[in-house]
Amino acid sequence: MRPSRAYAGRGMADSIDKLQMSITKRYGGKVVLDHFPLEIGGREFVTFLGPSGCGKSTALGIIAGLVPPSDGEIHLNGRRIDDVSPEKRGFGMVFQNYALFPHLTVFGNVAFGLSLQKRPSAEIEQRVRDMLGLVRLAGYEDRYPGQLSGGQQQRVAIARALVLHPRLMLFDEPLSNLDAKLRVEMRAEIKQLHAQLGLTSIYVTHDQAEALSLSDRIVVLREGVLMQVGTPQEIHDRPKNVFVADFMGFRNFLDVTLGKEAGGMIEAGFKGQILQARARDSFRPGEHAVLAIRPEDVRLGKSGDGVNVLRGKVELVEYLGREQEAEIALDGGARLWVRSHEKLVLGEMLDLTLPADKFVLLRRE
Amino acid sequence: MARIRSDSRSELDLVAILCLAPSLLYVLAMFVYPFLYGIYISLQPKKRDAGIFSNYVAFFNDAYQYNTIKTTFMLALPTTVAVVLAALFLAYGMRRGIWFERTITTILVLPISLGVVFLSEGILGFYGHNGWLNQLLLAAGLIENPLELTHNSIGVTFSLFMQNFPFCFLMLLGYISGIDPSLESSARMLGAGPWTIFRRVMFPLIAPGLIIAFALVFVMSFAVFPSAVMVGQPAGSTRTISIAAYQQAFEQYDMSYASAIAVIMGLCQLAALVVIVLVRRRMTIATTMGVGKR
Repeated sequence: MRPSRAYAGRGMADSIDKLQMSITKRYGGKVVLDHFPLEIGGREFVTFLGPSGCGKSTALGIIAGLVPPSDGEIHLNGRRIDDVSPEKRGFGMVFQNYALFPHLTVFGNVAFGLSLQKRPSAEIEQRVRDMLGLVRLAGYEDRYPGQLSGGQQQRVAIARALVLHPRLMLFDEPLSNLDAKLRVEMRAEIKQLHAQLGLTSIYVTHDQAEALSLSDRIVVLREGVLMQVGTPQEIHDRPKNVFVADFMGFRNFLDVTLGKEAGGMIEAGFKGQILQARARDSFRPGEHAVLAIRPEDVRLGKSGDGVNVLRGKVELVEYLGREQEAEIALDGGARLWVRSHEKLVLGEMLDLTLPADKFVLLRRE
Repeated sequence: MARIRSDSRSELDLVAILCLAPSLLYVLAMFVYPFLYGIYISLQPKKRDAGIFSNYVAFFNDAYQYNTIKTTFMLALPTTVAVVLAALFLAYGMRRGIWFERTITTILVLPISLGVVFLSEGILGFYGHNGWLNQLLLAAGLIENPLELTHNSIGVTFSLFMQNFPFCFLMLLGYISGIDPSLESSARMLGAGPWTIFRRVMFPLIAPGLIIAFALVFVMSFAVFPSAVMVGQPAGSTRTISIAAYQQAFEQYDMSYASAIAVIMGLCQLAALVVIVLVRRRMTIATTMGVGKR
């Protein structure tokens, strides 16, 4: 990939090779990050995903240097940086509320960092204009932030950070103040900039779709504890615990007791019925476990061999546009969410098939 | 009745006027009328045969009188600068909260609740010729003669500072802590140190509030009267314009001349405000754009 003109003369971004850390953060007696470990390679796009209050923004603030860690170290390319002040780390950061300087024009905002570096004005002029072109804001140089839309303001904020060729880009929920349509557009732009400029990025979000579409790797956090690290596909298809599964859209969690294992399949007793699921290491017969399945993976009707078929009554229907999602009261008393293109009628009795290979076997918490 | 109903706009206007009426009446009765009446009195000199402007002519022909303008300016201006700078320094330092913030704020703001007379008495007791400070310094052998800190312009400056600082501090603290903290964070991430952040980000955003605070403190200081009498030298170095007006009214019993002096004082304050507002508009024409929509 060719470097963009905004980075001309400098090649690709002076990206990092490796960022390693293990940090703990306490506020008062409360632990917000508990020995949070992370290793990031150059040019990687890593997302911190989790609900609000899970410590993801705190972790980002610590990497930026804006929040002092209580314990632990951060190493960049093998050198310790947690005692370096944020203005000397050479990282770029984009904030949720844009944080543009309201008294400066778009040009003034983007030129801010370069003018602090005392660059010649011709160079500043050139780099700012190129960068504004890159984020499709050419011609907006003389506007003030208050005269721009939310999406434009966030693009200025991104340009303002990128123009300094940061070694590491930090995004703190940059899209959560935008409306849904714009969010999807900006998501694609960020992804494109990341690839085009050869950036290394850490991105914080609570939106799983954002995390899946942007990341090389996703770090799922819960109350300061790392729950799972993996590629979007791993996180999406093979969540390691109920929390991650719940966050990734598994809506059905069946409490089961495991039985015999044979031919890669394991029997799971559920409300007096025997279900078949794909076996996983470290689960033993007799153990209590959870079978998770997404509503869209539940099939309507009976399967040919009659395995994993449950019967229930439609209790609630949610209209989702192309599809409907319905809550089914099973004969045994449990409830199951089903998603279907077919019209689901309230009160109707249905046969449901739960494909064995769509189950994820999880430890009960 | 029906016609008014059908025209909702005129009905709204009527309601608005009715709601405004009490405050409008108050302003008319308590401010506009006395002010116009004062001007009217000032144009009716005690001497029957003198012209209507003779009081104003007399004031500007008498150095003893017109010098009070300069005296007042020379008291009010340095005091205002000192108050605004001190308040800015403290409020900026406290913008993100500090330990024992409530206690410290209370101590800083306490002088408001004490009243000028009590404050002046305190200043006399502490900084006076035989006050605690001088006795302490004399006893410690640090000075040979008592410092003269009261009954001169220094005393008045002290007093004005104490009276006006709390207002200014509270105003600026509210203004500064209202600025989005992520602006500072983003400036740091762009490579700015604390001083650069103050100079290039925070100060331009504080400036409009700072100028308003300056204007208010200046106007309050310009009207100085009790402390100029009690801790100043009302016959000499701190003979401010309000003292000149007081003397005409209650020592010479010339209400007309006194009113003229009061009007001149008001015009001086107005002139200062106009200058300040013009400076503000020049300085902050860019700042105000977009600040509200942040």
